[in-house]
Amino acid sequence: MRRRMASVVAFLWTTLLLCCLADSASATTHSPRPPLNEAALNGDSISIKGKLVDTRDSPPTPVEGVQITVLDESGKVVGEDVSDAKGTFAIRLPGATIDVLGQTFTTRIDVETLPEGTVLRNPNQVELTKEIQTDQDQFVTFPIGPNPNPPVSTGTQALQLLVGGIVFSLLLAMASLGLSMIFGTTGLTNFAHGELITFGALAAYGIDTLPGDIEIGGRNVTLAAAVLAALLLSALFGWLQDRGLWRPLRDRGTGLIAMMIVSIGLSIFLRNLYQYLAGADNHNYSQYATPEPWSIGPILITPKEIVVAIIAALVLVGVSIALQRTRLGKATRAVADNPALAASSGINVDRVISVVWIGGAALAGLSGVLLGVTQGFDYQVGFKILLLVFAAVVLGGLGTIWGAMLGAFILGTFIEISTLVVPAELKFVGALAVLIVVMLFRPQGLLGRAERVG
Amino acid sequence: MEWGGILEGALQQGLGPAAIVYCLAAIGLNVHFGYTGLLNFGQAGFMAVAGYALASIVATWGLSFWLGLVVGLALSVVLALLLGVPTLRLRADYLAIVTIAAAEIIRQTVGSVSLLEYFGGQDGLQQFVDTFAGLNPFTTPMGLGPVSWRPYDFFLLCVGWTVVALCCLIVYLLMRSPWGRVLKGIREDEDAVRSLGKNVYAYKMQSLIIGGLFGALAGFMTALQHAAINPSFFATDTTFFAYTVLLLGGAARVLGPVVGAITFWFLINVLDLFFDQATVGPNPLISASIMTHQQASLMRLIFLGLALMLLMIFRPQGIFGDRRELAIDGR
Repeated sequence: MRRRMASVVAFLWTTLLLCCLADSASATTHSPRPPLNEAALNGDSISIKGKLVDTRDSPPTPVEGVQITVLDESGKVVGEDVSDAKGTFAIRLPGATIDVLGQTFTTRIDVETLPEGTVLRNPNQVELTKEIQTDQDQFVTFPIGPNPNPPVSTGTQALQLLVGGIVFSLLLAMASLGLSMIFGTTGLTNFAHGELITFGALAAYGIDTLPGDIEIGGRNVTLAAAVLAALLLSALFGWLQDRGLWRPLRDRGTGLIAMMIVSIGLSIFLRNLYQYLAGADNHNYSQYATPEPWSIGPILITPKEIVVAIIAALVLVGVSIALQRTRLGKATRAVADNPALAASSGINVDRVISVVWIGGAALAGLSGVLLGVTQGFDYQVGFKILLLVFAAVVLGGLGTIWGAMLGAFILGTFIEISTLVVPAELKFVGALAVLIVVMLFRPQGLLGRAERVG
Repeated sequence: MEWGGILEGALQQGLGPAAIVYCLAAIGLNVHFGYTGLLNFGQAGFMAVAGYALASIVATWGLSFWLGLVVGLALSVVLALLLGVPTLRLRADYLAIVTIAAAEIIRQTVGSVSLLEYFGGQDGLQQFVDTFAGLNPFTTPMGLGPVSWRPYDFFLLCVGWTVVALCCLIVYLLMRSPWGRVLKGIREDEDAVRSLGKNVYAYKMQSLIIGGLFGALAGFMTALQHAAINPSFFATDTTFFAYTVLLLGGAARVLGPVVGAITFWFLINVLDLFFDQATVGPNPLISASIMTHQQASLMRLIFLGLALMLLMIFRPQGIFGDRRELAIDGR
């Protein structure tokens, strides 16, 4: 069993390495279309305009003498200009407005003519294609400034991603631990767990936006107080949910699948209620929104990430010790193992489940608020990572406590490091694919007991 | 408050193309969940595969519309096979998680910038319904009683409800056959069926494929309804709504999805139009400090979530389901 587990881990890492080796070159093709009708009528015309500024300076300085070319759909040059002392350029499209409406034009910047020391922010974006849809002049921008991805060695990049991955996986582990504990003791596959995560982030935001700052000894500790309050409110929310909804359902003998569908309803209800209350915008807390990163060796890390990681790690270690050593922790594991046997040996199962809901919701809420501190949040921050939480829990073994943390750790780092080869927008896809592969080879998860799960 | 207008608008939606989409998706889920007990939470994935196959075959590769339909159906069978192999031996909750993940993989992949030239990224694809629209015999708005639809919508509606009727007939015939009885047997007690010498895995796979094909029809309908396609049509919530439709009408009942879809869309639109009217104008019924016009659009989803919970708790058999014939209480 241990060997099979090792082989699954080995398989995952080999897949990742193979992905690293594979070339991700992609070619873009343009379908040929009939050339543009140049029969010009009298009337006004449309220009493609823009202003080149160096965004590194504040205020931005204009960039002069850069060649801009406009091509039509067949690739023919229809106009050229060089940016002037104000950085502006304007290229009149041939023909009247009526002719160019609906046509597509490509604006190209000649990178060679950029002054010494300036680069495009996105070096790959030397062309912009626009369809003329209104009779207005079209504005295009080519952001010039520091290259956000300066050429660094793959090793450094991997290390940087690993650090980000560890911070993320600690937060993922807290959320996963809550889900796994609740599943382990009650058998509920809780699709509303994402809303417990969001609850923490929103509760902290609610307190953070209250008028006035909280100060202790002259230091502004509003956010710290908000985090603490969010933790307590989340715990209360978990307790209320269990007492108000899940315990009555258990007492009625509602089936597990029915409860799963109830949790879906709850998820839809809460998620839209959150949007009702907080709007659809992305929010940040009042403090530490944009800190200066520290460089440690070749790696950039913001102080808040370090603090978040330390808090998360301490909480995880604390919960693990509590589960391992305390009476209540042992009772929890006993209930997770075999509720009937635990009940008959004198453990108050309902009390244990209450504690698990309080603890699980508090962990989820804390992970939500810390996630909000590191990268901002909106009303569906929890829903967006819900599938990752499930993937982590299934990877480690549904219902196991160590498995949830191990799964979160592997998945969290895998997601970040996979962006070396996978476009960042597809990083979650890779993680979910891992989930399916694990199902294929080891459905009980890495640390799950080798019993029949279907 | 203009109740006549609200009811007319809601009736128009309740019989309209959107209801057909969810009806077809729910018919597929009925085969999966209602009859076989498979908890497929990836119906949106089947819809996305079929819808995108149709749209990209026509809009990206310039091939025939009919070929698009065939490819869409074929790909949904392939998806069922791919999904079934790792998951059908697993317990219900595992199946749910894996199928939901697979649907999300499909949605994020077709919406990615890397495949922009084939699937149009987040903006999706347009301009692929010309062949279908060309068959439309209606030229003026058509109506039934007090409500009427645009010619294209009415044509779509006729075709759609005909397809729904055919699907219901197919499900009816399948489920009263010996094959259908084996499926119900699997739902009730898998081990008992296995002990009778039936290949449970093969039956489950066949059920997944057939339900997936109904899901593919729902995907085509989505694409035709909007005359466009984009990833947001196939979010996880789409599957959840289809489940709500199924449970509302009654699982394991041939006409459950039909009744469910019409009722669901009617009620949803009554709520939507009511809150829309209650928050608009200079002197709204509900003051803007309690609910803005923007917040009003969320009310129907808040109610939907609540309704799904209450339905599942107090009447899991839906409007005319049979409580004894339900996979929900077991296991």
